[in-house]
Amino acid sequence: MAKVIVITSGKGGVGKTTTAAAFAAGLALRGHRTVVIDFDVGLRNLDLIMGCERRVVFDFINVINGDANLNQALIKDKRNDNLYIFPTSQTRDKDALKRDGVERVLAELTQQFDYIICDSPAGIEHGAITALYFADSAIIVTNPEVSSVRDSDRIIGILSSRSRRAERNEPPVDIHLLLTRYDPARVAKGEMLTVEDVKEILSIPLLGVIPESESVLRASNTGTPVTFDPESAAGRAYLDAVARFLGEQREMRFVKPERRSFIRVLFGRA
Amino acid sequence: MRLWNLFSPNRHSAAIAKERLKIVLAHERAGRGAPDFLPRLQKELIDVVGRYVEIRDDMIRVNLGKQGETSLLEINIEIDPAKPRPPAPRPAMAANPG
Ligand SMILES: Nc1ncnc2c1ncn2[C@@H]1O[C@H](COP(=O)(O)OP(=O)(O)OP(=O)(O)O)[C@@H](O)[C@H]1O
Ligand SMILES: [Mg+2]
Repeated sequence: MAKVIVITSGKGGVGKTTTAAAFAAGLALRGHRTVVIDFDVGLRNLDLIMGCERRVVFDFINVINGDANLNQALIKDKRNDNLYIFPTSQTRDKDALKRDGVERVLAELTQQFDYIICDSPAGIEHGAITALYFADSAIIVTNPEVSSVRDSDRIIGILSSRSRRAERNEPPVDIHLLLTRYDPARVAKGEMLTVEDVKEILSIPLLGVIPESESVLRASNTGTPVTFDPESAAGRAYLDAVARFLGEQREMRFVKPERRSFIRVLFGRA
Repeated sequence: MRLWNLFSPNRHSAAIAKERLKIVLAHERAGRGAPDFLPRLQKELIDVVGRYVEIRDDMIRVNLGKQGETSLLEINIEIDPAKPRPPAPRPAMAANPG
């Protein structure tokens, strides 16, 4: 039985797709058969971030509508045999994502995979609700910024009232906080909410902290999940988060300013 | 004084962010899961009570709470006994519908 993980946030542009790609690639690197699905119907982007945009023939909506079968639509990653990408369609018909169709496709994917990662669209409309409805676990992607934290809280509320697990009175969706675009230097200056602040406000367990990092843009430019870049601090932080998700203990890295500014922090802030 | 503290330029802005988030989320969480009819109920209560005493919107609070297993609908109405209203004839009501 595959585990369904939704990557969600409420607010747009906080790093969901970056996270979905990085996390899926990270799980695949750990030997788990993983598929990452784009639920952002109309604004397909996961294919670009995963670097498979030119290989898309059929998509999620084609499979839901029965116009293609699963194996025609799934794209096998060229860098890792455990990793598959399931792109979405660019249709403007938002209702194309029918719940019973999604359920059928997920049931079929469950037979073939260990993890199913769902990259949710922003907002709290149909697409976002459909993406989280079937989740066993949720990763709440949050930036240390007021509107992102507030929207995360809203999505956490929706997960605990409108997911399938909630509707069926099953054990609740297992919810994790992933704080991304964290800038330790600005946190040290009191300009940005700290990890502890966000943890305290949202009161859900922390899966990881991903630093603001130039390597993320480089990775998206080249269509590489950032976890495939061993040089990247963000990539290593994502791999730590994957390890914690799999039950390992890892110390939080990249939460303090780099050494260069350590002296400054010690002797009063400049 | 407190407000001054809260928004003093010397205070780190992240601390202000945290304070504001805590307040707004406490409010939003309390309202979450409340049935949609609460605002309408509140409005109708104002109309009814307003027939007998003068009342402003902020003098009435409708809350859905929990006590153990039972849900409690809590209605708090503040009135100013010094301002009773003469029993209004029906037509006056029609002039001020919901
Ligand atoms: N850790 C990071 N460091 C620097 N830039 C980042 C980081 N994470 C994400 N970004 C950048 O933020 C932007 C938004 O990222 P992304 O597309 O993953 O967000 P999203 O939540 O999927 O957006 P949408 O809501 O539109 O789907 C991108 O330009 C991405 O490169
Ligand atoms: Mg996205």
